[in-house]
Amino acid sequence: MKKKILIITAVVFLAFAMASPAMAENVLRWASQGDAVTFDPHSANMSPTFLQLKQVYEPLLSFDWKIDKEPYLAESWKLLNPTTWEFKIRRGVTFHDGEPLTAEDVIFSIERAKGPGSDVKEPLKTVKEMKKIDDYTVHVITDGPNPLLPDFLTQFFVLSKKWCEKHDVTQATSWKGKEESYAVRHANGTGAFILQSRDPDIKSVLVKNPNWWGLKKYPHNIDKIIYTPIANPATRVAALLSGEVDFLLDPPLQDLQRIKKNPNLKLQDTPQLRTIFYGLEQRLDELRSSNVKGKNPFKDPRVRKAMHMAIDIEGIKKKVMRDLSVPANIIVPPGIYGYPEDLDKSRPPYDTEKAKKLLAEAGYPNGFEVNLDCPNNRYNNDEKICQATVGMLGKIGIKVSLVAQPKSLHFPKITTRKTDFYMLGWGYAYPDAHFNFVNMMHSQSAWNGGGITNPRIDELIDAMAKEIDQKKRDAMIREVFEITTNEQVYLPLHHQVIVWGMSKKFDMPMEPRDEPQFCWAKMK
Amino acid sequence: MIFYIINRILQSIAVMLVTAFVCFILFNYVGDPINNMVGQETTIQDREALREQLGLNDPTVVQFFRFLRNAAQGDFGISYRLQRPVKDLIPERLPATLELVFASAVLSVVLGILLGIYTGLNQNTWVSRAILAGSLAGVSLPTFVIGILLIYLFSVTLGILPSYGRGEAVQIVGWWTTGLLTISGWKAIILPSITLGLYQLTLILRIVRAEMMEVLLTDYIKFARARGLTDRVINFGHALKNTLIPVITVTGLQVGSLIAFSIITETVFQWPGMGALFIQAVHFADIPIMVAYLVMVALFFVTINLIVDLLYFLVDPRLQIDRGEAGGQG
Repeated sequence: MKKKILIITAVVFLAFAMASPAMAENVLRWASQGDAVTFDPHSANMSPTFLQLKQVYEPLLSFDWKIDKEPYLAESWKLLNPTTWEFKIRRGVTFHDGEPLTAEDVIFSIERAKGPGSDVKEPLKTVKEMKKIDDYTVHVITDGPNPLLPDFLTQFFVLSKKWCEKHDVTQATSWKGKEESYAVRHANGTGAFILQSRDPDIKSVLVKNPNWWGLKKYPHNIDKIIYTPIANPATRVAALLSGEVDFLLDPPLQDLQRIKKNPNLKLQDTPQLRTIFYGLEQRLDELRSSNVKGKNPFKDPRVRKAMHMAIDIEGIKKKVMRDLSVPANIIVPPGIYGYPEDLDKSRPPYDTEKAKKLLAEAGYPNGFEVNLDCPNNRYNNDEKICQATVGMLGKIGIKVSLVAQPKSLHFPKITTRKTDFYMLGWGYAYPDAHFNFVNMMHSQSAWNGGGITNPRIDELIDAMAKEIDQKKRDAMIREVFEITTNEQVYLPLHHQVIVWGMSKKFDMPMEPRDEPQFCWAKMK
Repeated sequence: MIFYIINRILQSIAVMLVTAFVCFILFNYVGDPINNMVGQETTIQDREALREQLGLNDPTVVQFFRFLRNAAQGDFGISYRLQRPVKDLIPERLPATLELVFASAVLSVVLGILLGIYTGLNQNTWVSRAILAGSLAGVSLPTFVIGILLIYLFSVTLGILPSYGRGEAVQIVGWWTTGLLTISGWKAIILPSITLGLYQLTLILRIVRAEMMEVLLTDYIKFARARGLTDRVINFGHALKNTLIPVITVTGLQVGSLIAFSIITETVFQWPGMGALFIQAVHFADIPIMVAYLVMVALFFVTINLIVDLLYFLVDPRLQIDRGEAGGQG
């Protein structure tokens, strides 16, 4: 009897051993800290989710790794009159279920993205109506001139109307109702890869779409992509070092040397489209956390300039960031349309004496006290940067108390305006300076945590959103940069640098938004 | 007896209600989930609307009673992070945690007893000293350090065991998936179960050793020896049996903490269990998951305690009489 059990067990084990898949196909196994929250392309608006979605779903047009616009599902687009954009839809594109893509699907998708439950409706706010001219031509009419509409559309994915109707997902997934929406774990896009299976937080498998329209432009040789989120940084690195994954999107900075030393692995880095900076309360007449009563030191540009000068950004780059940062003088990174290189490169040198003098001139020869709010799980070494800043500002007499908290506690303080002095890093939905201005500098913005209010800036920001004359628009962007830099409305720190760790078997260009497309990859 | 059980069940329900209520009070401090749920461009109005829709603006007591009302209908809400119903997520993750806890409990009991006997019988050998010294490390090193050390040794340096995950899991009945039917699953469970069970192992080892040493000095062992019984019969037949009573008690108590400690082990090994789900829920301020998990852990603890109490009833006849009389008077 015992023997029998043993034999059965052995047979079962052998069967499983033989059932494991043959490794002849090119498989890319990759990991990052956190999984996408959903596969519904319109119900979440954050980078880790976009990164996964864009392998499967596609927008009308997209940005390549050089941040140049390239046609995707739209072959071409042009402005017919100041408020009408014409999009020519690519012919011969099919969804993963075999249905052809037509103008109907595009119009349906824009409506879905504008509708309830959607978290990508902001960029589409200006779309007033859509007209189907023929099966492959769509006119999009905006409620005023909108030169940025094509840029906006890069963040918006096209779904199949039929598929959505069939599975009752014609509205974006929200948290209403008791059941799971079909679109959360299933996908039917037009992209280079097909979602084969999805086990959120555990594993997602994508397979090559052999009928992808873009294979001529990007003739990749990846047959299968296996994604596993690994939350713990040490484990994530171990998985790369032991060869269990081929690509790490976010290797921890302290382990980079170890990856570099491994003969099978390589590191790649590029400046990210994200600048880290401090914001300052400039709306209230008295700071919440300061010993100065009756006036707000941050309202005085001399105080802001003194603090900017007192931060030794080169020191932070060397000691805290291990050289993975680019010191900044404006809060917009290179690569963004309108980026003024001259202003960014003219950061005043680190000078505590001059800073002290400025503070004294402003009436604070002995400094003052203030709290600094800082996230501790959002940006590269965020808490350490803040700790270094506390010491540096201490040298000119500003006694800073650090309040470092997880991001779910930190960010609400900014959006509800309950902080005097805070760290923030801003990424880009579309690579235009307008995206930064409208969120950081406009007096009505949720993310303008310091309450920066300047009627001229508001006027310029509103105007540049509608200006079709490129020259006039460029001048407006420049003016905002000049005003905000002269008045030192923020304290810029650095442009963050992203690093990828990957197996030498793969070649993949760096993407400055940290959202690689795996169809760009080649396996040797 | 029946009254006693009913009484205990009522107490258990009260404990769970209190746990849930304390959760809702704590949620005022975990941060705002809305910021994690929507993108950076979402307007203040849309954020407010979502907050209103989820009922996050209501007073704690209102939120608590709404939770109770829905929970009574089997509805624990939709996870803020994964957009999936909690009543689907928890059963999906439960098997992974229970398998891990089971594997480490078996490991710690079997190895703990064997090594305990060995060190108890051979007190002054070189091997015993090495085992005891090693067990000190097991007691004093934090779980995550042990986990990382094991990963670097067995995955990175030797390359024989996986550093993360559960291997290939197979669905058996309904929602129950198991990793114990595949080779990759067996390989994957080795390191996490050692990490999770090491503390319990050393605890059991030390208890067994101390008990063995004590029992071996008692009179009835001396008589057994005088009767000319073999060492084997004395050690395993007489001595071991009497050392096991405290071991059973400790094991019972420790199963609860294995479930609780599995949070750390699961995080280190990316083990797809409930602990990992909970930790990510905390980072995200995913309230529906957090409250369901905490209430469920409370349920585990009260159930285990209830079973232990009932076992005492069966094991110790004296208790039965006392309680019976007390019940009769009440």
